[in-house]
Amino acid sequence: MANAREVLLRIKSVKNIAQVTKALQAVSASKVQKAMQAMYRTRPYATKAWQVLTHIAAQPGRRTLHPLLVERERVENTLVVLISGDRGLAGAYNANVVRFVLKQFGDYEAPVRYITIGRKGRDMMLRRRQEIVAEFSDLPAAPEFEDVSAIGRMAVEEFLTEKVDEVYLVYTDFFNMVKQVPTVKKLLPLEFEDEGGRVQDFDATHQGPEAAYIYEPGQEEILDEIIPRFTALQVYQAVMESLASEHAARMVAMKNATENATELSGALQLEYNKARQATITGEMLDIAGGAEALAQS
Amino acid sequence: MPIRCEIVSQDRLIYEGDADTVVLPGIDGEMGILPNHAPLLSTLNYGVVRVRYQGNEEAFTVAGGVVEVQPDIVTVLADRAENVREIDISRAEAARERAERYLEEGPPPDSDAYLRMDAALRRSRLRLDAVRRYRGRGGRRPDIPSVLEDN
Repeated sequence: MANAREVLLRIKSVKNIAQVTKALQAVSASKVQKAMQAMYRTRPYATKAWQVLTHIAAQPGRRTLHPLLVERERVENTLVVLISGDRGLAGAYNANVVRFVLKQFGDYEAPVRYITIGRKGRDMMLRRRQEIVAEFSDLPAAPEFEDVSAIGRMAVEEFLTEKVDEVYLVYTDFFNMVKQVPTVKKLLPLEFEDEGGRVQDFDATHQGPEAAYIYEPGQEEILDEIIPRFTALQVYQAVMESLASEHAARMVAMKNATENATELSGALQLEYNKARQATITGEMLDIAGGAEALAQS
Repeated sequence: MPIRCEIVSQDRLIYEGDADTVVLPGIDGEMGILPNHAPLLSTLNYGVVRVRYQGNEEAFTVAGGVVEVQPDIVTVLADRAENVREIDISRAEAARERAERYLEEGPPPDSDAYLRMDAALRRSRLRLDAVRRYRGRGGRRPDIPSVLEDN
């Protein structure tokens, strides 16, 4: 059995750990609330913007509409924007999204390059010898669209200059406090989705298959403005979702850590009591033995 | 058959509901949208979006943005938007004065601060204009609290 004093020291350190994790849990709890609110505030706009983009992409003759809609015949290079956290102690949050991205793009048909957001993702990808073309870290705690729009613009730029032939976005989708799911979304070229088939349906009944959108002022001006901006907006929303996910994951991880520490300190306390009791019993036996010896002499 | 109308600004959902007509401040002038309109995509000017449904009218100020029209839905993606009923007149007034005073001091006209203030001035003028024109038309929108009408 361990020495009582050693056990006492361990109890102390475990209790210290519990205190730290509990504080971190409280901080994360308030951060996750704020991040969630911010995320829900911007979600409607981002969702609608995405719908508009899929509608545009679903138009007949879309291939000639705008360079960002054109699917390249051969995919020679792929770009992946990976969103992770700057800090650890968030359970499996960072590891999950990195494992996910490697599973998706580990042995992809074309060479894959990465833009990473968040220090943890960058470090893990570097350790696995992946090619990183740009990295962004130390985003503000509550990013505005302007803080991340450069990232989206960069992705658009890489695509337009034909350095890459497709762009994917990998982030952690926030469902609720205990469920966050790594997700991949194809950003460019914009993909046709069945959901966006309404334009054609309408044309078929009203105007024949050729007609699509009416543009005010002109098609080129409006598409040039909308498509890059709405694409950058998707990156922004993904950052917001990931941020909420990170805080939620950290909060849950810290809650578990606090519970484990409390449990451990309970077990150690029991061990300490036993050790203490054993010492006392030993001393009593010594005294009794000594007294007995004296009485006999 | 009504058309669905959704107005979102960058930071929230402003309005969601049915409409008989939606009037939009298009970049080349006002546009009225009726149900079954052909698909249309347009940028928006500073101005007022009016949503009319069963004799009631709601007005929203928008500071630029984009609108997508589908036969059964109008989606307004505004850079900033507000329901005219929610506009705080004293704040808008104060913002206008602040912007006007700043612009009179004559900072370099191409600086960021100048452009920001100019945009702020246009927004607050738009708000005050909208309040004057679309509030206090009694009767048509009986659900407006009278406190607001006193302003």
